[in-house]
Amino acid sequence: MSEKIKSYPGFRIKTADLREGKVPFEAWRPRVRYAWSAGIAMSRFLEELKNGRIIATYCNKCGRIMVPPRVFCEQCFKPVDGWKYVKDTGTINTYSVSFIAGDASRIKEPIIVAVIDIDGASPGMGILHKIGEINWKEVKFGMKVKAVWKPPEERVGSITDIKYFKPIREETL
Amino acid sequence: MFGKKRVAIVGAGLTLFRRNLKETGKELAYEASKMALDAAGMELSDIQSVVMGTAPDAFDGVHMKGEYLADGAGARNKPYVRVYVGGGTGVFTPLAGWWHVASGQFDTCLVVCEEKMSSCFPHPAYAFTTIFDNILARPLGTTLIWIFALEMHRYMHKHNIKKEQIARVAVKNKRNALDHPCAQLAANITVEDVLNSEIMCWPVQRLDISPTSDGAAALVLASEDVAKKVTDNPVWIDGVGWCIDSTIWTNRDLYYPDYVEYAARMAYKMAGIKNPPKEIDLAEPYDPFDYKELHHMEGLLLCRKGEAPKLTEEGVTARDGDLPICPSGGLLGVGNPIAAAGAMKVCEVFWQLRGEAGKRQVPGDPRTGVAQAWGDLMQYGSVIVLRR
Ligand SMILES: [Zn+2]
Repeated sequence: MSEKIKSYPGFRIKTADLREGKVPFEAWRPRVRYAWSAGIAMSRFLEELKNGRIIATYCNKCGRIMVPPRVFCEQCFKPVDGWKYVKDTGTINTYSVSFIAGDASRIKEPIIVAVIDIDGASPGMGILHKIGEINWKEVKFGMKVKAVWKPPEERVGSITDIKYFKPIREETL
Repeated sequence: MFGKKRVAIVGAGLTLFRRNLKETGKELAYEASKMALDAAGMELSDIQSVVMGTAPDAFDGVHMKGEYLADGAGARNKPYVRVYVGGGTGVFTPLAGWWHVASGQFDTCLVVCEEKMSSCFPHPAYAFTTIFDNILARPLGTTLIWIFALEMHRYMHKHNIKKEQIARVAVKNKRNALDHPCAQLAANITVEDVLNSEIMCWPVQRLDISPTSDGAAALVLASEDVAKKVTDNPVWIDGVGWCIDSTIWTNRDLYYPDYVEYAARMAYKMAGIKNPPKEIDLAEPYDPFDYKELHHMEGLLLCRKGEAPKLTEEGVTARDGDLPICPSGGLLGVGNPIAAAGAMKVCEVFWQLRGEAGKRQVPGDPRTGVAQAWGDLMQYGSVIVLRR
């Protein structure tokens, strides 16, 4: 705002005014759906998830082993040099705990979300997933975690074939 | 000099920011554009080109949004383009306007930013889900707040920053906004209010976040010869920078926005700025969340990494501090109609440098200011340096 300007345009209404028809409006709902081919790299990745394995690609020029895998190295801008299985364990790089759903409404059980740096890939190669079998207040940065897979017959070739990652307890090491 | 011509801002316009405005996006664009033209003492016929900035089409449910808004931006029968870099759009749009004029192709450019988030039901947050990776992120039910909370938490962890320190940004900005006549969420709140507010996605709480809003902002850009004819106090665009990082954000360390630093270095080099904290008198970094102001102060090289919370605690970033940050009230206080919010920051620096900011005026006769916006998947930085 400039002190030279005395009034600013804009007529405030309430969202409820729209719902209750207190202001003229028009409503519309889109009727489309989408289906995406997963692509060259992701198709292989998803097929391997169905087999209960996480696969990476590597680039011999920069030396990175990359998860999620890609068919070209975005740094070197060349094709990757091959595929490599990595572990289904990793380290929590960062995490957050959601108490709300997509529409901002409250949910009963909080969802723990994390970036998990995958063992066997280059440092800092993380994927987004959920953390389970732990109270959210006990989650720590740097915590070691392991994938909890759906039973083979329930896997469909999706990132959700991993139900979540659970902490690796001392005694199970 | 960069470009063929030096470029000035000669007028600015802004609508109210509110959760829900009766005006259409087109009408809001018109109101801001007309105000900017009036402030510059110019007519639409003086405008040779128009650049529109507006963020996800999904909010409006109007897919050719640039075209839809064209009449409101005064673009009829003129060279016109819509630009879009997510949340970075509001500062990027003036940058695009800059190259229209700096190239020597046009003497004037009207820059218009508009956002109308209220049309999307049940909540505009749903529209944001369309920005995520369709194979890896969407099946998990990813939301915008999840990923920002991941970034905030990483930043806090890396530098051992407490939530109390971050909350001070929300307190400061909402209070600054009390002096902004367009503000949606101006308030006198305390650090305790922030810490006691509803947990959305830990560590993000209700009062850490800016609201969803409707609103528009506009700027008139002119080449040096035209600017000197229409005004005695032009504000020069002396530095521009923009940069994008990889979309695979889970492979980056989120504690620091490298791409903001690269954009800032580009803009500072052009403006001849060697010591940003000394040479910059005020800044409007992008603050959709309170931690983002701190994150961006560091990316803008206004302090060392991890030092922004301390400067905030010490009052350095207050409106009357040594380095005022978000004297407007920012997105946290004024509101966040995405593209219009970034442009509001450029308007604020323009008014501050002209000494027209009234109750919000920072002391010390500021000469140099910077505005910055941030967007896409935590990967885009746009930076503008203004001088009087
Ligand atoms: Zn490479």
